[in-house]
Amino acid sequence: MSASLLLLIILALAAVGFVIGRGRALRSVQGDRRRLHSLPNYYGFNVAMLAFVPAVLVLALWVVVQPMVVNSAVSGLIPHDSYADAGALNLIMSDVKRVAHGLDAVAAQGIVQKIPLSEMNVGNTDIRGLLGSVGVALGSDVTQDVLNAAQEFRAKSAQGALWMSIIVLVVALAGFFAAIRMTNGDLRARNLVEHGIKAVLIGAAMIAVLTTLGIILSLIFNTISFFGMFPMADFLFGMTWSPEGRGGSEHLGILPLLWGTIYISIVALSVAVPIGLFAAVYLSEYASRTTRAFAKPLLEVLAGIPTIVYGLFALTVVGPMLVGFFGADGLNWMQGARSVMTAGLVMGIMLIPFVSSLSDDIINAVPQSMRDGSYGLGATQSETVRQVVLPAALPGIVGAILLAASRAIGETMIVVMGAGAAARLSMNPFEAMTTVTAKIVSQLTGDADFASPEALVAFALGMTLFILTLGLNVVALMIVRKYREQYE
Amino acid sequence: MSDMTDMTAARPQKPVNSLLVQDANTARRNASEKRFRAYGITAIAIGLVFLVVLISSILFKGVGAFQQTTLTLQVELLEAKLDKSGTRDLDKIKKVTTFGYNPLIDDAIRRAIDEIGVENPFRKGKDLRKMLSSGAAGQLREFVIANPDRIGDTVAFKLLASSRVDGYLKDRVSRESLARDKNLTPVHLDLIDALRDAGIVRKGFNMSFITGADASESRPEQAGIGVSMLGSFYMMIVVLLAALPIGVAASIYLEEFARQNWFTDLIEVNISNLAAVPSIVFGILGLAVFIQFAHFPQSAPLVGGLVLTLMTLPTIIISTRASLKAVPPSIREAALGIGASKMQTVFHHVLPLAMPGILTGTIIGLAQALGETAPLLLIGMVGYIASNPPEGLIEGFLSPNSAMPAQIYEWAKRADPAYYERAWGGIIILLLFLMTMNIIAIILRRRFERRW
Repeated sequence: MSASLLLLIILALAAVGFVIGRGRALRSVQGDRRRLHSLPNYYGFNVAMLAFVPAVLVLALWVVVQPMVVNSAVSGLIPHDSYADAGALNLIMSDVKRVAHGLDAVAAQGIVQKIPLSEMNVGNTDIRGLLGSVGVALGSDVTQDVLNAAQEFRAKSAQGALWMSIIVLVVALAGFFAAIRMTNGDLRARNLVEHGIKAVLIGAAMIAVLTTLGIILSLIFNTISFFGMFPMADFLFGMTWSPEGRGGSEHLGILPLLWGTIYISIVALSVAVPIGLFAAVYLSEYASRTTRAFAKPLLEVLAGIPTIVYGLFALTVVGPMLVGFFGADGLNWMQGARSVMTAGLVMGIMLIPFVSSLSDDIINAVPQSMRDGSYGLGATQSETVRQVVLPAALPGIVGAILLAASRAIGETMIVVMGAGAAARLSMNPFEAMTTVTAKIVSQLTGDADFASPEALVAFALGMTLFILTLGLNVVALMIVRKYREQYE
Repeated sequence: MSDMTDMTAARPQKPVNSLLVQDANTARRNASEKRFRAYGITAIAIGLVFLVVLISSILFKGVGAFQQTTLTLQVELLEAKLDKSGTRDLDKIKKVTTFGYNPLIDDAIRRAIDEIGVENPFRKGKDLRKMLSSGAAGQLREFVIANPDRIGDTVAFKLLASSRVDGYLKDRVSRESLARDKNLTPVHLDLIDALRDAGIVRKGFNMSFITGADASESRPEQAGIGVSMLGSFYMMIVVLLAALPIGVAASIYLEEFARQNWFTDLIEVNISNLAAVPSIVFGILGLAVFIQFAHFPQSAPLVGGLVLTLMTLPTIIISTRASLKAVPPSIREAALGIGASKMQTVFHHVLPLAMPGILTGTIIGLAQALGETAPLLLIGMVGYIASNPPEGLIEGFLSPNSAMPAQIYEWAKRADPAYYERAWGGIIILLLFLMTMNIIAIILRRRFERRW
């Protein structure tokens, strides 16, 4: 029985349970609703909940765990001398699964074979051709080991599915009958249902924690298996980045990528910070109400534009324009449209509203009394801003800039499209360089063979990126929070 | 000491400080005040100029994609070529490949050229056909297979012009730029000019860009954004169905029920950190958990939607909590006072009052998710050419598809000016969606937001 069919059955059971539970509660008080502890519907919901929730939890758990168990059981069948390392085993296992799926498809489509599926072996059937006929293309001929493993995989999966159906249905029915048995007029059904709802609410809130956990685990496991294939020191301190097709890359040093990331972020921040900061000062200290109501939302439009638009803008507008000035016809500093400057400038534009909105909030939080004091001493408005307001807001502004920096480091589309693909350690901002994010994309798109160090390095890069941005965010939030407390 | 005497001696000659006369120091300070103010105005002006440049280059470069050049040709669907047996047997008609249709097109072009009385500069049909999209034969074949009874007739077809010809009519391609082009020669353009004067070559609204599917790399004139729009649509449904309930439930817990303890702190710190995690990291998560671990189908809108759900959750939670907080405590107290349970108070009174704010936040979160590209690249929603719109709901969620921003990226990668134009056109559509969503959010907020 498939998982979705099971789900439907449980749902139907819950619906029936609702009607029966509600009716039973009403009958137990001879239809006199006043004698019920809770409203009648709560008794129905109670039964539905107990029939549905435990069964669905078991079902979900089973669906997740079964493939893992089957996988490890089947991979034990592959002889140890037929593969060199974990990566090779993964490849064999994916072959096994394809063969198993193919055989399933053969069985499902009812293709009649001279030899029944269970007695098939490499000698008596052309497995590859057979699977090809149901749309499962294989790269090479099937070995006997793979075929055995695939048969075992099918058997274990089918067995697992059978047990899953039985157990899930038993759990659902047990919940159903237990709930009906306890239903009578004195049952505190509302409290039970509300406890259930509260558990759901907590579960929803936990998803944020689970997401973080998922990110960290998926990064850590893949990073560890990367460092199993590639020396950590070479990754962290390597000065060259030159991955080769599949395996055998000697140079996967992160330093050129980090340099590109930092260089582009510096260019972006040196565009965004002055403009954003002056805009924020003007908007909060000088601008009239109408100017503010007009300029602030317009600036914030810049933040609402998707990054793909900025990427294309960098690639087809800013890049060629810069080449016009600094390219072969002008100063001859620039070879192509993609460069640190291209990506940095455009990213700077994107970050302007980010810096200006955050700084605006922080400047507004500086108490008016401080300004008044400064005016009282005879300072002009700009002197007040420079010598009183900005120093008071400085920690918050630094926090805002750090947040903008973390945005710049994590930005992907602009650098993928505007910064180029060559990893370089160079000082010339008109040269093409590449970043951590751009390389994550290029290493993980295309043929997904997660077993090679060239693909796994992306997880190590992601780990670096995650740690960098998380660190920046934590520091920034700490600074901002500390500063807020001072004045509130 | 002598200084002292000098100063006392000089004092009577120094001009008296007057409020009416500006001294040098005040003038300097006032000038710096003015300068400071000018910096602020300049900064805002620069920001706005960037905005204007951005918007105008989007419009300027993208509008072209909404127009398409076509050649209206009278094609004679020769029975001898298409259905030799004369039985109108569909299986036999299908055996004629697109190559079999090329001579028909050649003849049609020759006839059109003869009719307008221009000398035909090309001998070979192959050269003539360069004016048309390489998909033109496919267009004919589709028509014939759909209407086999029309074989033998002469039918007027609006055939797509090739991207170079299209570019010529949009001033993207000129005679000079064709000097080194293998696909088209300036002689073709002379012919196009003549055909345009005769009304055979015409530029019209390009509906197939909005409804069509992506095409192969050599046929930008056929590429449309319609199918990836559907992909985006299914993804947004997943985001809406998953992120709204989860986000609202989490916010209700944190805002109404959670006690101040380490567990609540843990959740809150997590939410604020997730809001700042780069989107590409969510892509890595999706790849590792949904595709590597759980073996969900690659490139499926379902997976894309789930990744985007995780990404938009913090946005939705933050705005939902703000709108729950905005419901005054007196409402809760009144409900509790007449005997409602805490849960009933929240679900019957607080939540409905906070709903407009929650919806506003959700729409803004959806708009954010709609424009997001980076995580989609990692779960394989790029580089895949979805040639047909998905059939049915389950197909829509599970079959490989692209999404609007991923499609735009794919076009931008192809580095053909004709594809750049499509990419910008796609951006116009994407921004129209985002604008609509944001306007709806603003209207919702204006109309339903209550001030207590």
